[in-house]
Amino acid sequence: MTALITINELEFYRKKRLVLKIDQFEIEKDRVLAVIGPNGAGKSSFLHILTRLLKIEKGQILWNDRSIFTIPGLEYRRNLALVLQEPLLLDRSVKENIALGLKFRGVDNNKIEKKVSQWTERFHISHLLDRSSKQISGGEAQRVSLARAFALEPELLLLDEPFSALDPQTRKELVKDLRIVLNQTHTTTIFVTHDLNDVLTLSDNVALIWDGLILQYGNVQDVFNNPINEAARHYFGQDQ
Amino acid sequence: MFDYLYTLFADPEIWEITKLSLSVSGFATILSVLIGLPLGTLLALVKFPGRSVLLAIINTGMGLPPVVVGLAVAMVLWRNGPLGDLQLIYTPSAIIIAQTVISTPVVTGLTVAGLQQLDPKLRLQLMGLGASTFQVVSALWWEARLALLAALMAGFGSVISEVGASMMVGGNIKGQTRVLTTAIVLETNKGYFERAIILGIFLLIITMLINYGLTLVQQNGMNKR
Repeated sequence: MTALITINELEFYRKKRLVLKIDQFEIEKDRVLAVIGPNGAGKSSFLHILTRLLKIEKGQILWNDRSIFTIPGLEYRRNLALVLQEPLLLDRSVKENIALGLKFRGVDNNKIEKKVSQWTERFHISHLLDRSSKQISGGEAQRVSLARAFALEPELLLLDEPFSALDPQTRKELVKDLRIVLNQTHTTTIFVTHDLNDVLTLSDNVALIWDGLILQYGNVQDVFNNPINEAARHYFGQDQ
Repeated sequence: MFDYLYTLFADPEIWEITKLSLSVSGFATILSVLIGLPLGTLLALVKFPGRSVLLAIINTGMGLPPVVVGLAVAMVLWRNGPLGDLQLIYTPSAIIIAQTVISTPVVTGLTVAGLQQLDPKLRLQLMGLGASTFQVVSALWWEARLALLAALMAGFGSVISEVGASMMVGGNIKGQTRVLTTAIVLETNKGYFERAIILGIFLLIITMLINYGLTLVQQNGMNKR
């Protein structure tokens, strides 16, 4: 497998406290990587470092073998799409929200129409297109947020606990639909979550972050079946 | 009585005073928006050394007494003052400067408050969708548009109704720097209450009409939510 991102000797500090330290790590192309770990372990920092919205003190991050710090910030970020826990839709129609990232990139209106229509169908929200973002449910809003990200056809999709605010049934349906879309698009995805069921459903690989270090990494089944230590076993809920 | 009112309404001087009031305060409001909107945005979105001090100054400035502003601007524009050579004292420009000083902190402070009411993660989300800095700021302004409109209304309200600064730096010169508020003070001092009342009604109607228009825009935005 080729690596989309290679991380070497990365150190990230917050108020002089070491939050994340990664000696060597690769994010494989066309795969879904789940990043799990307890609260405060450094999962979200990991994600936001990759968006370049957080600055690292030390280390190297390569994007297709090129240092991301040699790529202008905006140009780099336009390879990505970010989905956060809250949908964070703008006070506009659903259609305008989905078109937002495309408009930022100056895509022409005909293409925008096509892409919006394509991605609203795939996330089953075509009937909401003309509605205001304030008049849809939380689950629908998160579907809009995902459609908005996929419409960009990003090289790297970053999901930061996108289902944690949803009720179990809505969550189950959305995870199922996302799995189908990911299978079809093969979008390289990093998915931060606390839910191990979502990891099993959506991810190829998993990285367990603990106290700012990648404690264990590998294929999802391998990692879950062979926890590296007691802490990992406990986290996976496999206490004896 | 009605004949007298009619005579007053037909008096071209009253219309001249009204026109000058509107243009001076309108121009000062535009200037304060041009300064206050970017400054408020910077203060709301960017952390830099001295930001808290600047915010405290802005917040204090929101309640700045117009006579103090008048005094400061008069000292600067006075013949022997640092900008005395510009010969602006007792001109409409001097009133515009003083009113801009009064309304800029109001517009800035309310812009900061409006933008800070938005979810702080919204900015992160916009950047994560590939927005440039300009696109982020435009989107945030749109999201905070009702609050920004309120800032504009408050900024205009603070200057159309002030009298102290206009009197001090404008001098209330007939046909040149006499605005509605200074004219009301003058007519009251002379005991011409009817004229003062008419001017007061003019001032109220103007303020009401402008704020009604802006309120309609604002509430229309609310109803669409």
